[in-house]
Amino acid sequence: MLPEAVETVTAAVTAALSAAGNASSLHTAGRSARRVVEESRERLAAAVGARPSEVVFTGSGTESDNLAVKGIWWSRHDADPRRTRILASAVEHHAVLDAAQWLADHEGASVEWLEVDDQGRVHPDVLREAVERDPSDVALVSVMWANNEVGTVQPVRRLADVCREFDVPFHSDAVQAVGQLPVDVAASGVDALTLTGHKLGGPLGVGALVLGRDVACTPLLHGGGQERDLRSGTLDTPAVAGLAVAASLAVERQPELHARLSGLRDELVRRVQELVPGAVLNGVPVPSADRLPGNAHFSFPDCEGDSLLLLLDARDVEVSTGSACSAGVARPSHVLLAMGADEDRARSSLRFSLGHTSTAADVDALVEALPAVVERARRAVLR
Amino acid sequence: MRLLAALSGGVDSAVAAALAVEAGHDVTAVHLALSSAPATLRTGSRGCCSKEDARDAGRVADVLGVPYYVWDLAERFRSDVVDDFVAEYAAGRTPNPCLRCNEKIKFTAVLDRARALGFDAVVTGHHARLADGVLRRSVDAGKDQSYVLAVLTPEQLAGTVLPLGELTKAQVREQAAARGLGVADKPDSHDVCFIADGDTAGFLRQRLGAQPGPVVDALTGTVVGRHDGAYAFTVGQRRGLALTAPAPDGRPRYVLGLEPVTSTVTVGPREALEVIEVRADRARELAPLAFPLTCAVQLQAHGRAHPCTVVADGDGWRIGLAAPVTRPAAGQAAVLYAGDRVLASATTRG
Repeated sequence: MLPEAVETVTAAVTAALSAAGNASSLHTAGRSARRVVEESRERLAAAVGARPSEVVFTGSGTESDNLAVKGIWWSRHDADPRRTRILASAVEHHAVLDAAQWLADHEGASVEWLEVDDQGRVHPDVLREAVERDPSDVALVSVMWANNEVGTVQPVRRLADVCREFDVPFHSDAVQAVGQLPVDVAASGVDALTLTGHKLGGPLGVGALVLGRDVACTPLLHGGGQERDLRSGTLDTPAVAGLAVAASLAVERQPELHARLSGLRDELVRRVQELVPGAVLNGVPVPSADRLPGNAHFSFPDCEGDSLLLLLDARDVEVSTGSACSAGVARPSHVLLAMGADEDRARSSLRFSLGHTSTAADVDALVEALPAVVERARRAVLR
Repeated sequence: MRLLAALSGGVDSAVAAALAVEAGHDVTAVHLALSSAPATLRTGSRGCCSKEDARDAGRVADVLGVPYYVWDLAERFRSDVVDDFVAEYAAGRTPNPCLRCNEKIKFTAVLDRARALGFDAVVTGHHARLADGVLRRSVDAGKDQSYVLAVLTPEQLAGTVLPLGELTKAQVREQAAARGLGVADKPDSHDVCFIADGDTAGFLRQRLGAQPGPVVDALTGTVVGRHDGAYAFTVGQRRGLALTAPAPDGRPRYVLGLEPVTSTVTVGPREALEVIEVRADRARELAPLAFPLTCAVQLQAHGRAHPCTVVADGDGWRIGLAAPVTRPAAGQAAVLYAGDRVLASATTRG
């Protein structure tokens, strides 16, 4: 967490504990809690180019994605039962993928996974072609702002233009983007945007859905109707405050962070490609503005990501191999498979993420450890 | 030493890993995902593949403060253990999948990978004693697992650490409780881990299909019943034969033999099962042996050791028993012991 977010959360927790304020209560303590929530709403809205009334606080990015995908689908389908189609990119986070698939399995939706190119990008023409097949039956479109695994930034503005042309709501999961890239909801043309606290230096367990005022959306959680009658449940006031402070700072510092991280990342990529024979950078080649600044994602042919992870972990380098099932078994990344990689290549892949605490020394440590680690991992492949 | 502890999610492997940590070794834990559908939360019969076991294994690693990973060996397990299990039954033999898993998965795939990654050895929670390359029975005779480890080569044993051999199962549970390990009172696993409901015949029927055939009385040569698949039977089995004609002498009949090509099951009286010689192939010696050899042989996982004299025969042995024994099913391990020390193993011909 950003130190400023820690301070905000700590102060708000102390205040909340001494006053036991519930932001939806009418008494004094409740009013002060509500004031924290409303100020946070304004602050967050200002940070991402939205109106305060468009900010719906939730418990997580996952909840925001589910609310957007299911809620908008239900409303659109209720208004016109022909609208059953969901168009979503094949590289979405599971919070979107699985929500859409659930609608297909249980509610009669049909899902079309929008094809991506070998860098993970959805071309606006691909979206246009899919919508044009029958604009009247599209319930919503969901394409993430930037991919969490390979870092590819989507042409959000141009995708939103296509949706606007056919009057179809457009949701974008921007969990990875806020604080890393310039994100302006109004200028982007998106109708719904997901963000979450811990990805931008704020607390865990809080997220938001920025939802255009005219976008109809059916609630997932029913009850007190605290958030615009769209999301019920008592808000975690300190977490909301921490999210807003972190978001506004992250956005303010975004240009500087982008410059610093992309410089470190480009250096990392260059040295890895030089020192590790056969290493393949997945996603958009660097330098480029179309890649998350702290993201480097490689395949190391003839290695297993699991082995690389274990060996790097032992050298205090934290990396990620992608998602695992509930029993902890690593799965070949659906993102890489959608980009045309085969299973072996997907299993040989590793993501290196640089964040606001990363330094040139971290890059040095990684680059020094990597060649021997890759060599050793190659020997550990089961024959 | 740098040790890789295989955590199944059960109490034995948990205590084995804990003892390795306390002995000052640098321990890393792995849980082996062996089921191709690990997303099953199993109750009752627990095996090595459920979500609950993966979580328990992860919790043990948390408590011990060691790194923890899940290794996906489902594909290897399917081809080397499950397919082999089915093929052995189809050929009229009775395999021991735990032994096969030790031989092919835990002490080959896992050990090879561990060594390549820079580990010196693999730690497991098997109940057996191992020191200086000598494998012995556990002090807990009821829990001894030296029989299913006897297939390992000296090279594999050199990369194996078995911390539990001097402990009884009750002591292992006490040690787990003393360390605050949540698996201290987790029930023992039973049966075959990849057959959750314990219905081996049903599992085989699904894979091999119905192969109906006659049940023939060995003495009279007459057909005394029908069956849906010879693979559902094991030599020595008495129950579940569903015979239509009683034996002439009115005594119970046992499975004497399985003939997969004609799908024939032969049955007969108990005495017909008794043998004084057993032949076994593909012998593996833990140390060089001189024949003829006077020792004891164990012919099934939970059987006792019988005094015998062994002579070499091709790549295996002829085992002469001091007293008649019930003929083992083909495909079981014959393990030779000198006292509590494991000498060698081979596969029974039946």
